Amino acid sequence: MTAAAEAQPAVVRTPKEIRRARILGVVYLLLALFVLFVFARGAEGDATFGLARPTDRFLNDLQLTLPAAGVAYAVAILLAFAGTVQLIRGLGKWTNAVLAVMLIFLVFAFLAWAAAGKQFSLVGMFRTSISLGVPIALGALSGVLCERVAVINIAIEGMLLAGAFTGALVGSAVNSWIGLVAATASGVILAWVLAVLAIRYRVDQIIVGVVINIFVAGLTAFLATRIMEPNPGLNSAAVFGPIGVPLLKDIPFVGPILFDQNLFVYAMYVITAALTFGLFRTRWGLRSRAVGEHPKAADTLGVNVYRMRYLNVMMGGAVAGFGGAFFTLGSVGRFDDNMSAGRGFIGLAAMIFGRWHPVGAVAGAMVFGFADAVRIRIALLRPIPSEFLAMAPYLATIIVVAGLVGRARPPAADGQPYIKE
Amino acid sequence: MSDRIEDPQVAGEPEGGEPEESRGRKLWADIAGFGVDWRAAVLVPVLAVFTALVVGGLIMVLSDVDILKKFGSSPLGALADAWTLVSDAYIALAKGAFGSGEAISETLVAATPLILAGLSVAIGFRAGLFNIGGQGQLIVGAMASLIVGFQFSLPSIIHIPLALIAGILAGALWGGIAGLLKARTGAHEVITTIMLNFIALFLMRWALKTDFVRVVDRMDPISKPIEVSAQLPRFFGFVDGNTLRIHLGFLVALGAAWFSYWLLFKSTVGFEFRATGFNPHAAEYAGMKVSRLFILVMAVAGAMAGLAGAGQILGVHRQVVDGFQGSIGFDAIALALLGRSHPAGVVLASILFGALVAGGRIMQARTPIPIDLILVVQALVIVFIAAPALIRAIYRVRTGEGTAQLTRGWGS
Repeated sequence: MTAAAEAQPAVVRTPKEIRRARILGVVYLLLALFVLFVFARGAEGDATFGLARPTDRFLNDLQLTLPAAGVAYAVAILLAFAGTVQLIRGLGKWTNAVLAVMLIFLVFAFLAWAAAGKQFSLVGMFRTSISLGVPIALGALSGVLCERVAVINIAIEGMLLAGAFTGALVGSAVNSWIGLVAATASGVILAWVLAVLAIRYRVDQIIVGVVINIFVAGLTAFLATRIMEPNPGLNSAAVFGPIGVPLLKDIPFVGPILFDQNLFVYAMYVITAALTFGLFRTRWGLRSRAVGEHPKAADTLGVNVYRMRYLNVMMGGAVAGFGGAFFTLGSVGRFDDNMSAGRGFIGLAAMIFGRWHPVGAVAGAMVFGFADAVRIRIALLRPIPSEFLAMAPYLATIIVVAGLVGRARPPAADGQPYIKE
Repeated sequence: MSDRIEDPQVAGEPEGGEPEESRGRKLWADIAGFGVDWRAAVLVPVLAVFTALVVGGLIMVLSDVDILKKFGSSPLGALADAWTLVSDAYIALAKGAFGSGEAISETLVAATPLILAGLSVAIGFRAGLFNIGGQGQLIVGAMASLIVGFQFSLPSIIHIPLALIAGILAGALWGGIAGLLKARTGAHEVITTIMLNFIALFLMRWALKTDFVRVVDRMDPISKPIEVSAQLPRFFGFVDGNTLRIHLGFLVALGAAWFSYWLLFKSTVGFEFRATGFNPHAAEYAGMKVSRLFILVMAVAGAMAGLAGAGQILGVHRQVVDGFQGSIGFDAIALALLGRSHPAGVVLASILFGALVAGGRIMQARTPIPIDLILVVQALVIVFIAAPALIRAIYRVRTGEGTAQLTRGWGS
């Protein structure tokens, strides 16, 4: 193993890197075989991808027609090539970029195989991806806010669920805008509980999170039975429909996907941008990150560690509560027991996936939303065991936390209570 | 407010009391292996459960629109109504939990998987690992014992142990994956076990659609039933027309609790588990192979949860349908905390929670209070157990140290 490294003095590689490159190489080759035998041989006819909606202003019949088998052969060749290069000399700093591109090709080959001989609306699928990804993304952003100040937030799930319930209840009783405010407030209240227990009483943060999740699951189901079931009028809120952004929504393909969505999607853009700017370009961000990395040093320099933690955790609660309202006010208008269905945990995973960066977290959430959308949409086209697709995001998260795709490094003080001396 | 934690009365307690009393307390702690004084072991749990039930009662009243309206016109009448509502609910709960032979049987049936899953989390806590993966380990354990249960036809004396062992091994494997990932790559067990829960859930849903597992002539995903020879016998199965569901699994669970006690407090491996839990660096320095211990701890924890799943299938459900798992794996966290991560404590806590579940079903059937209230009560119990400072603030009693830091952040 070391002999191979010494033979190429130009690129110094550690044994670990060499091993990783080889594992990836073998994985690529196996994937190439898989694509060859399953997708290329199993596909007949052309796959027609719809790239526009009939209601779009420009190019509303835009389509992409490709021979499914041809796509699969091309992808198999690319995968085999990448695998061979990995095995022989490794891709060095390009490893992750190539991996991402290869995964995109792989998904494309899969879609072509699934849609072979049929019509498949890519625009529709990406729109679904975004709406499935939004609550995950807002949950992930909540996680970023909390963990950047070293408070672990497992309670994202509970905050989403509380937001969904409060949004539906208040949204039905008063109106949807007040419902949105109430949903946000419910997240803040839970975050305050998390903050008090984690910061003041120094209770184990993961346990507090688990407790909040159980509490919210029980309380919302209890209140839904006690209050909403006898009064159906309290569980039918008006839904925020999609609003097109003038001009931008008319861009072919991209417009309908990104700029003809409801207010939760736009809020997600704004929060992501604000957080990215805030965390890395403002005094507040610098202080937050200092508190998360080295609270003692921050304290010594006069930053109020406790106040920063309270502030950010409650802001995180607001984002998650708002995100939870998406389930009711942003999609169906009525609350069902446990309707967040583990999205908060996926949000947590997306945050790790995105390495505690707002943009990364949202991108991670969108990948999970996409996987979910593929599962739902493909199930209509071909009878495949969709459970394996549903599993993919969780497997991907394990692969990421295990450091198989680079190392994800959390804030240094994450999860540790701070004791002021 | 943060100075409350360093309340000198509490901090100085081990040395502060009379010598005789502290010796007695130490003896008690040694015998029971609690490592904390009696206040933390008995007083706090009792007060925590009591307070949680009171808050649960408040929630019942606050969620009753009629009573709330009545407070405006006749406050006393509203109070009387509120009292009737809460006392009816809790009386129904108590009757459903302990009011008859059947009620007690149902309580113990509900407690059986909770004991095993609680042990799973408790063993992890003792070694400094947080096993949130009980749910997934329970599912794979149940599936493994199901397959052994319907695939073979053997005499009961062989079939039952075989099916149980299959569940144990599957759970150990599922937990061991998380342990292996932690040992080899440092991946935090909280994240990996949460993810493995979902993977196990989807694997089960997939399996329930395959012709090997499902009942072929039924549309809904439900598994084949296990052979009669694999069913765990019921205690009173020899009586004609027996309706009591309590089964041999309860004794298996008690045996597992005894085994856990022996493992944690009497065996060398258990000593290493606990040493790792106190301080993994020190344990490593003392020559223990901590990374190997991580794998072993998670495998043992997984085995317990897998056995819980196996017991549910062989003893209660006798086939698998999605949802059989309930939230046992999550309730287990509450049980380990309530039982102070001690096997005896876990057994008592599980019987209490089993009573809440069995009683909660009767409460839901006979009064307008849905069983979801039990989840709220459970969550409140954990809060008060994990933050005894809250109990201290409410009741003005000494409570001893809390469970301040059981787990470690993602980073370390």
